[in-house]
Amino acid sequence: MSGHSYDAEKYWKANLRLIGGSLVIWFLVSYGAAMLFRPLLAGISVGGTDLGFWFAQQGSILTFIVLIFFYAWRMNKIDEQFGVSEE
Amino acid sequence: MSQFAINLLFVGASFLLYIGIAIWAKAGSTKDFYVAGGGIHPITNGVAIGADWMSAASFISMAGLIAAGGYSNSTFLMGWTGGYVLLAMLLAPYLRKFGKFTVPEFIGDRYYSDNARLVAVICLIVASVTYVIGQMAGAGVAFSRFLEVDSTMGLIIAAIVIFFYSVMGGMKGITYTQVAQYCVLIVAYTIPAVFISLNLTGNPIPGLGMFSTHTDSGLPILTKLNQVITDLGFNEYTADVDNKLNMILFTMALMFGTAGLPHVIIRFFTVRKVTDARWSGGWALVFIALLYLTAPAVASMARLNIMTTIYPDGTDAAPIMYEDRPNWIKEWEVTGLIQYEDKNNDGRIQYYNATESFAPEAEARGWEGNEFTYNRDILVLANPEIANLPGWVIGLIAAGGLAAALSTAAGLLLAISSAISHDLIKGRFNPNISDKGELLAARISMAVAIVVATYLGANPPGFAAQVVALAFGIAAASLFPALMMGIFSKRVNNVGAISGMLAGLAFTLCYIFVYKGWLFIPGTNNLADTPENWVLGISPLSIGAIGAIVNFAVAFVVARSTAEPPKEIQELVESVRYPRGAGAAQDH
Repeated sequence: MSGHSYDAEKYWKANLRLIGGSLVIWFLVSYGAAMLFRPLLAGISVGGTDLGFWFAQQGSILTFIVLIFFYAWRMNKIDEQFGVSEE
Repeated sequence: MSQFAINLLFVGASFLLYIGIAIWAKAGSTKDFYVAGGGIHPITNGVAIGADWMSAASFISMAGLIAAGGYSNSTFLMGWTGGYVLLAMLLAPYLRKFGKFTVPEFIGDRYYSDNARLVAVICLIVASVTYVIGQMAGAGVAFSRFLEVDSTMGLIIAAIVIFFYSVMGGMKGITYTQVAQYCVLIVAYTIPAVFISLNLTGNPIPGLGMFSTHTDSGLPILTKLNQVITDLGFNEYTADVDNKLNMILFTMALMFGTAGLPHVIIRFFTVRKVTDARWSGGWALVFIALLYLTAPAVASMARLNIMTTIYPDGTDAAPIMYEDRPNWIKEWEVTGLIQYEDKNNDGRIQYYNATESFAPEAEARGWEGNEFTYNRDILVLANPEIANLPGWVIGLIAAGGLAAALSTAAGLLLAISSAISHDLIKGRFNPNISDKGELLAARISMAVAIVVATYLGANPPGFAAQVVALAFGIAAASLFPALMMGIFSKRVNNVGAISGMLAGLAFTLCYIFVYKGWLFIPGTNNLADTPENWVLGISPLSIGAIGAIVNFAVAFVVARSTAEPPKEIQELVESVRYPRGAGAAQDH
């Protein structure tokens, strides 16, 4: 890796940025919408209850799935772009 | 055919299926997947992780806790799924690149220290044994019901079955057996849920059904449920919680713990490439989510069904006569997990929340206290009976519950025994031990772990899912930070990591033991486990999140004030960050 140390650093930064962005969403749907901001979202009703409750029991899980697939897809692209992928 | 015979038939058939697959896969395996060097497809691997992951806690216990706690117990749902996001982004791909088979091995190599490896082994054992206690409690409930014995007897039978199942060892390691177990447990979980959702709302998808209209009343299910239970003095199902801090920390402890539990991490080592480790996390969560999106629907609908069973003419009318109680109540009474006491001698089942604010109404109705109690761990198993579903559905859920408990217990016991025989005895005390000796040590440690877990499982420090949550807290406070820092920081050194793990583990265990009893032995707790006694309202179930922060902080401070890791270790950290050059995982 020594010959590409500059690129390697940029690759790692790109990874950290992607992780950071994903974890912001991870935080917002679970700790945010489902817990901390639930009172703020109380006005939006979903099937007999409010949006925060829906996020707590359905929405956050669905978002987590999308996040992991998005991360895997983006990261594989970044691997290729920086030439560090396995093949 | 009696229900007892149907249950035996389903459980027996599912076991034959697992054994059959084990034999079949072994025959085909030499050229099929051993040559591929652990090359298991990410989707297959995702299913196997799902089977490993979903234990008695998820299958048997979780929906019962959500039914009782409503919104406040959504923590289990978010915690046990959100952890996969951390696992897939922060740990799995890099640990796969590192290419070793056990978690203590990674910690030992990364922190260039046998002591670090030893501490990791201790953390692993404490977390896994706690986890097995929860499995025992859950499996005991399942066996007691389906063999129609009392709950202690059920627990002992569960221990014997789990012991033989785990000693057969090889069976668990075969991915295709786990695929079969996953299929059995997911079908068993979702079929009753679909029936019940159709019955109550006409919507076949339970996760949508719980937000739809209740056909009988014309109200949304959750509105109807809130109405019925508040009429009887219970809290609203969807009520917000006051102590958000505790809720957040609890969710965090479950998420960090998910990413720190060795039996799941090991699964990511079996894929061929780093990219496959990333995809595996996503697929695992898809298969896990099938159950987790259904569980809250099972919870709310079962709670409503129990209420309408006991109050068939509405909450304003008199509850049912004890004599007319449905069959499921009679059968669960045999296990001692449902109890009835006719306090006002009117022969009816008064089931309500006997709080002070409800006292005037109770008095007006001539009620002298709540007469009906049920163990929350029975809810999922009793669910098909409560909803009057046919006998084969009940047999199916028996097989599913046992598949969940057995597959996870076996996985954990293997993690414990390999940590003791491989990392501890071979790696530390007796490097020259023969393969035979290593195997014997593994079996003995497995047996000891089962005996300890059975003893403590007879008086578990909580319901199955709560005990398991404690195990997650312990893993969160000890292993997760060490693994994460091992990848994301080049500066954290051997002394830092060891002090961090020890501080996190000691802090978390002490806080838990103060409330739950030292070494979980009943009666040895210093303070009653009630919210008033908790420091800042933080429950022992949530303390793992604080333990993780303690671990991170101690590790950073200690590492800063001691020598930085040697050059080759920094290069090792550098190399796990880049996928290129990941060979097949090395055999140990």
